[in-house]
Amino acid sequence: MAGSLNNPARVLKPARGANKSVRVRPWRGVVLVCAGLYFLVPLAASVVFTVDVPNQGITFDAYRQIVSADGFGSSLLLSLELAAATIAVVLLLMVPAMVALRLGAPKLRPVVEVICSLPLVVPPIAFVAGIATVLKWGPEHLSRTPLFETFVALQNPDFPVVLVLAYVVMALPFVYRALDAGLRAVDVRTLVEAARSCGANWPQALVRVVLPNLRGALLNASFLTLALVLGEFTVAQLLGFQPFAVWIYSVGGSQAQLSVAVSVLSLLVTWALLLSLAGLGGRSRSASASRG
Amino acid sequence: MTVTTLEKAADAKAATVEFRGLRREFGPTVALDGLDLTVRPGELLALLGPSGCGKTTALRMLAGFEHPDSGEVLVDGEDVTRVPAHRRDAGMVFQSYSLFPHLSALDNVAFGLRMRKVRTAERRSRAAELLDLVGLADKGERFPHQLSGGQQQRIALARALALRPRVLLLDEPLSALDAKVRLTLREEIRRLQQELGITTLFVTHDQEEALSMADRVAVMRAGRLEQCAAPAELYGRPATAFVAEFVGTMSRIPGRLDSGVAEVLGQRLPVDGDAPAATEIDVLVRPEAVRVRADDAGTARVVATAFLGAATRVTVRLPDATEVKADLPTHEAAGLGSGAAVTVSLPERPVLVAERTQ
Repeated sequence: MAGSLNNPARVLKPARGANKSVRVRPWRGVVLVCAGLYFLVPLAASVVFTVDVPNQGITFDAYRQIVSADGFGSSLLLSLELAAATIAVVLLLMVPAMVALRLGAPKLRPVVEVICSLPLVVPPIAFVAGIATVLKWGPEHLSRTPLFETFVALQNPDFPVVLVLAYVVMALPFVYRALDAGLRAVDVRTLVEAARSCGANWPQALVRVVLPNLRGALLNASFLTLALVLGEFTVAQLLGFQPFAVWIYSVGGSQAQLSVAVSVLSLLVTWALLLSLAGLGGRSRSASASRG
Repeated sequence: MTVTTLEKAADAKAATVEFRGLRREFGPTVALDGLDLTVRPGELLALLGPSGCGKTTALRMLAGFEHPDSGEVLVDGEDVTRVPAHRRDAGMVFQSYSLFPHLSALDNVAFGLRMRKVRTAERRSRAAELLDLVGLADKGERFPHQLSGGQQQRIALARALALRPRVLLLDEPLSALDAKVRLTLREEIRRLQQELGITTLFVTHDQEEALSMADRVAVMRAGRLEQCAAPAELYGRPATAFVAEFVGTMSRIPGRLDSGVAEVLGQRLPVDGDAPAATEIDVLVRPEAVRVRADDAGTARVVATAFLGAATRVTVRLPDATEVKADLPTHEAAGLGSGAAVTVSLPERPVLVAERTQ
C-alpha cells in the first residue's frame, strides 16, 4: 500500500484495468442487458405479433396492407416536407440569432433561453386550441382584406404552412439547447475575429468558420426536429391535417394487428431517417477531413 | 526556413501606425483615456502594462474589432478608424485556440488567400511556403487538435502573414505556452519580424518578454501611455515611478531632498532628472546597484536570500523596517545567512527619486 502511495500514477493504472475486468465489466453488462431487454423485448414481441398469424404461419400481410393502403406515400411525403421546412426555418431563425446573441448581447441569453423553453410548459393541446381559435377568428374578421387569402394559404392541405409555424415553435426548446451546447464548445468570438483579420466579411466568417464548427450541433438540432415532426400527432390531428402520424392512427385504428404493425413501421421509418441523416453528416465530415 | 524574395518585397513599404487621442469607455471603466502613440515603420513595439491598462483594447482598435469613442487610428497617415476589420490589412495572432478547428494547418494558412479569391494552386503553394517559413512544412496535413500549443501558434503566425499585411498584431501570443517553448518562439517571432521588416505591435504583460524582443516598449497604465522608449532606456531611465517599479525590480529607500541633493543611507547623491518639490522622498534603486557588505557593526539585517544562479538576491531590512533588494555575485553572498548584520550603500551616481507615497 505504501508503495502504491509513493507512485500513484504508475500503480493506479493496472489497478483500474483490473477493476474493469473484475468488477466494473459485469455490471456494465448487466445494465446493458437490462436496458436491451427493456427496449427490445416489447419491440420483438410487436414484430412477432404482426408477422405470426395463428393459422397461417409467418406472413407479412399486415405490412403489405399498410404500404399499399391509400395515403401511405402521400402522408409520409407530407411529413418529410414538413420536417424539412421546419428544420430549415428553425435553423435559419435560431443560428444567426444565437451567434449574434453570443457575440453582441450575452446578457440577453437568459431571456432568450426562457422564451425558447416556453413551448415545453405550454401543453400542445392548449397550443393547438389557441391556433384553432386564431384560424377561425382570422377569416371572419379579415374576409374583406387580402389577408383572407393568407389564412387560406396557411391551411392549404397539400402543404399546411400553419403546421410548420407550429412545429417551429415546438422545436425551439430542443434547437436552442442543441445549438447552445455547440456554441459553448467553440470560442465563437475568437474564431470570427480570426476570420475577419484574414479578410473574411461577416457572412463569410459565419458560413466558412462558424457553421462548419457547429456541424454537430446543427445535426443534433435537425435530428430532434425531425423526430418531433415525424411523431407529432396532437396539433396535426386537431387542425385536421393528415401527416404520417395522423395517417398511421387512422389506418390502424380498427385492427389490432395492423395498428401494431403500423407502430413498428413508424419506428423503423424514423430510425432509417435519423440514420441516413447521421450518415450524411458523417460522410461530409470525413470528406472534409480527407480534403485537408 | 528561408525568407523568399516574395516576402522581402514587402519590407520596402513598412507602415507607420499612429494612435491619436484614443478614448474608449466600457460602462463605468475607462479602457483608454486619450492614448497617443506612434509605431515607426518596421519596428516591433511592445505594449506593456498590468491587466486592465487598455493595451489589448488599443491593439483591437488597430485590428478593427473595437471602435474608439473618440480619437483616430492612422496607418501610413491614412485614417482607418471607420474601415471594417476585414479590410484593415492587419494580420493578427491571438492568445490561443484561434486556429479554425475544422481546417488542416495548410488550409488554415490558406484561409485568407481563399477569402481573397486566389486560385487554388497558387494559394496552396503560398501556404506551403509560409509553413516552411515557420518551420512546419511537414505538418500541413495536421489538424489543430493534432498540434502542440507552440506549433499552433506558429501556424497562427503563418496565417497572419499569409496576406502580406502591413501591420502584424500579436495579442499575448505566448502566454498560454510553457516556459521553454515560449522562449524559442519568442526568438523566432523576433527573427521573422526582423527579416520581413514588418511593423509589429505586441501586447504583453510579461516585462521580460517585452524588454527582450521589442525595439521600443510602451508602458501603459490606466488607459494612458506612461513612457515609450527603448528597453535599455526604459530600464535605466524610467520616466515615472510607475514605470520604474513596473519594469524590473525596484526598491524604495526613504530619504530627504535638500536643494537638489538626495540624502539617503548617510550618503549625499545628486538627483537624476527632475527633482520633485517635496523634501520627504524615496530613492528608487535597482537591486544590482545596491551594495551590501557584511559588517558586524551594521544596523541592517539580512532577511532572506534567493539563489538566482550567477547572482544571489539578498533582501535586507533597514533599521526603519524598509526592505531593500540587492543582487550580489553568488560567491560574495555566500557568507550572508539570514539574520547577518550588514551595511547597505549606494554607488556615487545620480539617483532616481520619487515623492513618498505613504
